[in-house]
Order: sequence, then structure tokens, then C-alpha cells
Amino acid sequence: MIELALDILSWFFLLTGSAFVLIGAFGMWRLPDFYSRLHPAGLTDTMGAGLVLLGLLLQADNFTVGVKLAIIAVFLLVTSPTTGHATARAALASGLRIWQASGKPHGANAERKDDDT
Amino acid sequence: MFAVTAFAVLIALGIALGRAFLGPTVFDRILAVNSVGTKTVLLIAILGFLTERPEFLDIAIVYALINFIGVVAVLKFVKYGDLAAASRGEDGL
Repeated sequence: MIELALDILSWFFLLTGSAFVLIGAFGMWRLPDFYSRLHPAGLTDTMGAGLVLLGLLLQADNFTVGVKLAIIAVFLLVTSPTTGHATARAALASGLRIWQASGKPHGANAERKDDDT
Repeated sequence: MFAVTAFAVLIALGIALGRAFLGPTVFDRILAVNSVGTKTVLLIAILGFLTERPEFLDIAIVYALINFIGVVAVLKFVKYGDLAAASRGEDGL
């Protein structure tokens, strides 16, 4: 009985986590500029990875596997905001402009950045 | 159930790879590569459960470590053109 409940809970977490990972990927494909694409990337790293790892944790059959999964989860939760912050700061410091629907189009700025690098 | 999750992560990996190829700026590519790294960690962990081999989790931990170091190193290289450069003033990473 308790095993069935754990299985159902773990399936729920795994499916919700996959949905979040997919939504994050689609957001990264569809959103207009770099700064808005940071948001779905963070979504994938926190909710997607967190829920998938939680679902796997409920399926772990011994203590070592659970500890390793917890280590992965903690490490992802520490490093992904750090890399997101560093990437955004580097883009801001290099003068990448924020996209505006009514203002200057993103294209001219993007071509300039591509020439630089 | 693990197979469904693995398939979803694979589709997300493909989309993120497309963003990494299309760009348009170098920071879009770095962000997409970072996202591919996170999804790779998830995929390896799921594959370990799918094939009943929990040793795969050690590989997932190593991938998470390498992903972080690699992204920070690439960011520093893009900004300064030199991995050994000292960060200058307020806008350092």
C-alpha cells in the first residue's frame, strides 16, 4: 500500500518535472532576446531539475543512491543561479541592450555582437 | 515512467542545442550550453534508474561539476580573451 502511494507520488513528480523541463526549453526557443531567455533557463534548472530529482529520490532503493541524488540537487541549486548571474552580468557589462517591442529592433544590436566575437 | 521522462529531457536537449546553434549573440550560446549541461546531468541520472545501474549517479555528479567550471571559464574567456587575466574593477565576473 505504502509502496503504491510512493510510486504514484514519484510518477507525479517525474511527470511535472518533465513538463517544466519542456516548458523551459520551449521558452528558450521562443522568447525574443537574451535577458528574457534567462528566465526559462532558470525555470529548467530549479523546478525542472528539482522535481525530476525528487521523483528519482522517491524511487531510490538504498541510502547511498539517495545521498548521491541529494548531492546532485544541492549542487545544481547552488551553481545554476551563480552561472545565470555571471552570464547576465557579463552580457550587461559588454553592452548588450535590452529588447523592447516598441523601441529599437534587436537585430542591429545582435549583428554587432556577432561581429565582435 | 523513467522512459517518458528521459524522452522529454531528450526533446528539451534538442531544442536547447538548436538555440545554441542559432545564437544570435555569444551569451545566448553560453546560456544554451549551460542548459544542455544541466539537462545532461538529469538524463544521466534518469538513465541510471532506467537501466538499474545506480553507479551512473557518480558520472552525473562529475558532469554537474565540470559544467559549472566550464561555463565560468568560457565566460571569462569571452570577456577578457585570456583565462589568466585579472578581473578589472567593478564589472568583473
